[in-house]
Amino acid sequence: MIRLNGINKSYVTGANKLHVLKGIDLHIQAGEFVSIMGSSGSGKSTLLNILGILDEHDTGEYFLDNTLIRNQSETKAAGLRNKYIGFVFQSFNLISFKNAMENVALPLYYQNVGRKKRNRIAMEYLDRMGLTEWAEHMPNELSGGQKQRIAIARALISKPKVILADEPTGALDTTTSYEVMQILKEINKEGITIIIVTHENDISHMTNRIIHLKDGLIESEVLNGKDAMLS
Amino acid sequence: MFDTDKWQEIFSTIRKNKLRTFLTGFSVAWGIFMLMILLGSGKGLQNGVEKEFESSATNTIWVWSGQTSLPYKGMKPGRNIQLVNEDYDAVKSSVKGIDKSSSRYNIWGTNTLSYKKQSGNFNVRNVYPDYGDIEKVKIIKGRYINQPDIEQFRKVTTISTQVEEALFKGEDPINKYINVNGVPFKVIGTFTDDDNNGDDNMRLIYLPITTAQRVFSGDNRINTIAITVGDATVEESKLIEQSVKSKLATLHKFDPADPRAIFTWNSLENYQKVMRLFSSIRLFIWIIGMGTIIAGIVGVSNIMMIVVKDRTKEIGIRKAMGATPWSIISLILQEAVLITSFAGYFGLVLGVVVLETLGSKLESPFFSHPSVDLRIAIYALLLLVFSGALAGFIPARKAAAIKPIEALRDE
Repeated sequence: MIRLNGINKSYVTGANKLHVLKGIDLHIQAGEFVSIMGSSGSGKSTLLNILGILDEHDTGEYFLDNTLIRNQSETKAAGLRNKYIGFVFQSFNLISFKNAMENVALPLYYQNVGRKKRNRIAMEYLDRMGLTEWAEHMPNELSGGQKQRIAIARALISKPKVILADEPTGALDTTTSYEVMQILKEINKEGITIIIVTHENDISHMTNRIIHLKDGLIESEVLNGKDAMLS
Repeated sequence: MFDTDKWQEIFSTIRKNKLRTFLTGFSVAWGIFMLMILLGSGKGLQNGVEKEFESSATNTIWVWSGQTSLPYKGMKPGRNIQLVNEDYDAVKSSVKGIDKSSSRYNIWGTNTLSYKKQSGNFNVRNVYPDYGDIEKVKIIKGRYINQPDIEQFRKVTTISTQVEEALFKGEDPINKYINVNGVPFKVIGTFTDDDNNGDDNMRLIYLPITTAQRVFSGDNRINTIAITVGDATVEESKLIEQSVKSKLATLHKFDPADPRAIFTWNSLENYQKVMRLFSSIRLFIWIIGMGTIIAGIVGVSNIMMIVVKDRTKEIGIRKAMGATPWSIISLILQEAVLITSFAGYFGLVLGVVVLETLGSKLESPFFSHPSVDLRIAIYALLLLVFSGALAGFIPARKAAAIKPIEALRDE
């Protein structure tokens, strides 16, 4: 599903050049549940942004579903994001003036799905998250766990091949975190590849493979046998 | 471009961001409203003054006599100049370019008019038939003085409707006789005459000048000569004015350069002066109006900048969800255009309403029927909408270029 060969990325801030990713080689199969760990500054968020086509890499090759991702136009990148990737963020990133249902339906708007149809589909996904009765509520009326479940529903609605989650439990308490992880696990069982960035050990141990990043390089990869047995 | 779904998206954004919408709309509505008021007031002022000029022909030269102030050919200054019929005839026959002309003889003192038991004091103007055209007298019944009246010294009079009301009290005045200072004159017509300076032109009757000179022992004296110059230009009209003056100077032996011997009032020249003044005022109003519009445009672009900054995160989210740059630009742009056109239209309507309601209350000699050429108003509105779009375009393009990762970076 995802193949990275020698990915390099540096940021130029003023006179300083910050080399963030120093040659990442990574292969993620379809249907894997992977977590990326590392201390802050290790480049894990940058890697996720590149995976999500939110940012461009400098050198190296990135194949997403056997498509080479390289210097594509903004419009094409938008199409690829919409088609392949669902995003889940630490701070949820719901649109504050849209209610839960409208937030979930948003990706379908960019697929030119009619309003009625996309709202109906959004309700199905909200139902899966057990949030039907909150459909008309605005994000600021919802708890963190509810917001994250709405964000997950939104990530799922476009039927992506990959879900990228940046610290999905970072803003949640332990109980809610586990609930969210449980949901992600269930989604993974349906065959969707999930990649999460986290710095919490207990969260990463719920995934099948843990990739440790350090100073822009993959330090180690651990197959999580315990979870692999469970799944 | 025109899909209902996008409009629904825009409407829901507008509904949920009322303050922002209001602020944008307000600056646009205010700009158009002020432009309407400015243009309308300017037009009202112009209408008022034009109406002022309408009360008599705008191409008239009036001549009346004074006292010499310069010595000439051995004669001392301070001589009174008395215009006479012969002056009028000489001017009429020798000066080229005269269209209509009349002399006027005034009877000084109060003139008592009476009919049966009713009487009153009014003015009496003794004139030639052309005078009716020069003064733009409007005949209501019967007719004005005509040439046979002049030639046959007929004792006839055309009276104003005000005089008719005062003397006849509803009775038909035509062919009735009224006494003018004791002399009976047959009423041949009634008239009205607009004059914004009170009712001077209405408190009077007209008599044939020849009859009046004979009856009221005026001999050959006249007080005023009035001529119209047709469609002459200001330069031509000044030339005619000059030749009238020099003709009279020869006849009465005074220095043609004497400013006090003969007085003239060239209404064409004055009319054009005022019209020139008005075109400057109009230009001035346009400059202010343009300034107002530009201020509105700056306001709109300012707000659009803030809007884009405000929506950075939302735009980032939309882009992460698969929004193309163009869809972001058109979303912001269409919102800007929608708000500016609605607000602009509102300002336009409000401006018209205010002009209509206040305009009729402010009616005065120098202010009348303020109105705005709707075409101009609509052009201004289109300009504003277009500039609003342009003003929105720059920040919108900036917004579309926002990297989602920067927009979504946690604060």
